[in-house]
Amino acid sequence: MNDSFIQINRISKHFGNVKAVDDVSFQIKEGEFFSLLGPSGCGKTTLLRLLAGFEYPTNGNLLLDGIDITALPPDKRPTNMVFQNYAIFPHINVEKNVQFGLRKLGLTSDEISKRVKDVLSLVKLEGYEERFSSQLSGGQRQRVALARALVRQPKVLLLDEPLGALDKKLRDEMQLELRTLQKEIGITFVFVTHDQQEAISMSDRVAVMSEGKIQQMSSPNELYKNPQNIFVSDFIGETNFLKAKTESKDGEYINVNIENLGQFKVKNSLNISENSSDVICSVRPETMMIDVEKSDWDICLEATIKQTSYLGEMTKFYVETKEIEKVITVSSQYFDNQSFKENKCFISINLNDISLLNKK
Amino acid sequence: MLQAWKSFYARSDPAKAYSLLSPALILVTLAMLVPLVLMLSFSFFTQVSFTEIDYSFTIQRYIDFFQKNLLVSLLIKSVKISFIVTFVTLLTAYPVCYYIAFYVKKNKMLWLVLLTLPFWTSYLLRVFSWKIILGTKGVINSSLINAGLLNEPLTFLMYSETAVIITLTHAWAAFALLPLYVSLEKIDFSLIEAARDLGLSRLETFWKITLPLSLPGIIGAILIIFIPTVGDYVTPALLGGTDGRMLSNMIQAYFGKVNNIPLGAASATIMLLTVAIVTMVVSYTTKQLSQRIS
Repeated sequence: MNDSFIQINRISKHFGNVKAVDDVSFQIKEGEFFSLLGPSGCGKTTLLRLLAGFEYPTNGNLLLDGIDITALPPDKRPTNMVFQNYAIFPHINVEKNVQFGLRKLGLTSDEISKRVKDVLSLVKLEGYEERFSSQLSGGQRQRVALARALVRQPKVLLLDEPLGALDKKLRDEMQLELRTLQKEIGITFVFVTHDQQEAISMSDRVAVMSEGKIQQMSSPNELYKNPQNIFVSDFIGETNFLKAKTESKDGEYINVNIENLGQFKVKNSLNISENSSDVICSVRPETMMIDVEKSDWDICLEATIKQTSYLGEMTKFYVETKEIEKVITVSSQYFDNQSFKENKCFISINLNDISLLNKK
Repeated sequence: MLQAWKSFYARSDPAKAYSLLSPALILVTLAMLVPLVLMLSFSFFTQVSFTEIDYSFTIQRYIDFFQKNLLVSLLIKSVKISFIVTFVTLLTAYPVCYYIAFYVKKNKMLWLVLLTLPFWTSYLLRVFSWKIILGTKGVINSSLINAGLLNEPLTFLMYSETAVIITLTHAWAAFALLPLYVSLEKIDFSLIEAARDLGLSRLETFWKITLPLSLPGIIGAILIIFIPTVGDYVTPALLGGTDGRMLSNMIQAYFGKVNNIPLGAASATIMLLTVAIVTMVVSYTTKQLSQRIS
């Protein structure tokens, strides 16, 4: 497998004064399910469109499988795209939509009909050949768009928020199906989404983008457990931030003084050596414990429940403490919104679950 | 009673529809249906003398029409001129609409208003201003002669078929712009990107996607230009000379100077039927053609 199948070298794309993509460099592996994740306006779609050839970069160059594709028009690139709104041609039926991209490949009519048949069975759309876009459901349109792109056997499949328009149940199903499909056919997928859960559950690697730059690029697990900055930590899942100052370093650990809570020894994931620098301690809601009684965990605070939201498999509690000025979010699978009679509770934190972030 | 009527009205969609339609329906009946019936009836009568009309039924006027070579050739010429005007208008308006629909990002409305600006003046004024441009001592001829490129003015420019075609094309361009623009504007640009993504060149994308999808606008523009230009008589009367005369000028003469109202009515009816047939054939073949393309 080629580790630098797609090379993005110092790519920038400016629209007037707006730097949609700002000097970005990274590489995508062959056969990888790679996601570009970020809030709207972060430049992820622009980056995808640069790969497809719908936009040309202001600076930098793009290599695909060793070939410079920076200046190639979309019809000359070995990439295909699944559009956000699917872009099914409304004036021709499903079969002709799928055949559409095969005209220029110089195939015999037997090969064309075989490929169309195979890809329609791959996306489970047999029997829909004669239908028009207007006669299909959202999920079916999405499959047609997928089939139409895959039938060309591209080197890279680009997907622009393809699941955004589907309802939740269908989206979950399609996530699983897309993932299975990608492993089965082995084509490199570049997937754009603003949904962190989607990116995490499907991808081999995720690049989190914000303001035209890559904030962090790593495996989903790494992203969740070791976010490198506040933006990533906040964007991926939910978390609580506590202000702190570093004190003395102690091997792999460091002593930090958490505001209003006192001094604690936590893992020095940032490898900080200097004293009294400002850092942020991040604690995920599900790592904390909420209980009616005091616990013997490293930190245990008396708290008042301000608000709860019951989610079925778990309940989120929004609590206030004397020590911390901000509202803390704690989630529990054991207790729910009916467990606490007087809104009084205790929340506990394990020092191992605290991760350090740069204050930036 | 009033209460019952109110309740009936509130629940009945047809009642609401007819009350909204009634002003237009009344106008169409009085100003269109009645004259049309009158015209049809007169085409079956006979002009006996200058003031006298025989009201007994005959189809002789229709036979007269096809026996007069002049009338038939004028009909053919009218249709031909209209076809050329329609074609030239489409050819010039389409790229403009394409540009506004896909490449203009801001102030699309301003572009459309500016394009239709010449049409804020009256039709007659615009026809006369073409006289100033195309005439023997007009802008084109005098500048070419002053530049030393010509010794004598170009005569085919004025009082000719060419003059009629140029003027009509300009006069009806605005009416082609709007249906074309609307149909192009409705095309989702990602469809065009998708076609490019699937390996088609710009030109192929235009033939396979843009053109078929803008067909409703093209048919609309064809009809909106073809129908009124076949019957136009102001432009040929003012700029056509003898060469650029159209059937409508003859019809006008039958109702006026020549004073043969039944033959004029028969000619008008034949023209009406011709337009109807051409219209149906055009929209049918365009649809067939587009299905073959895709």
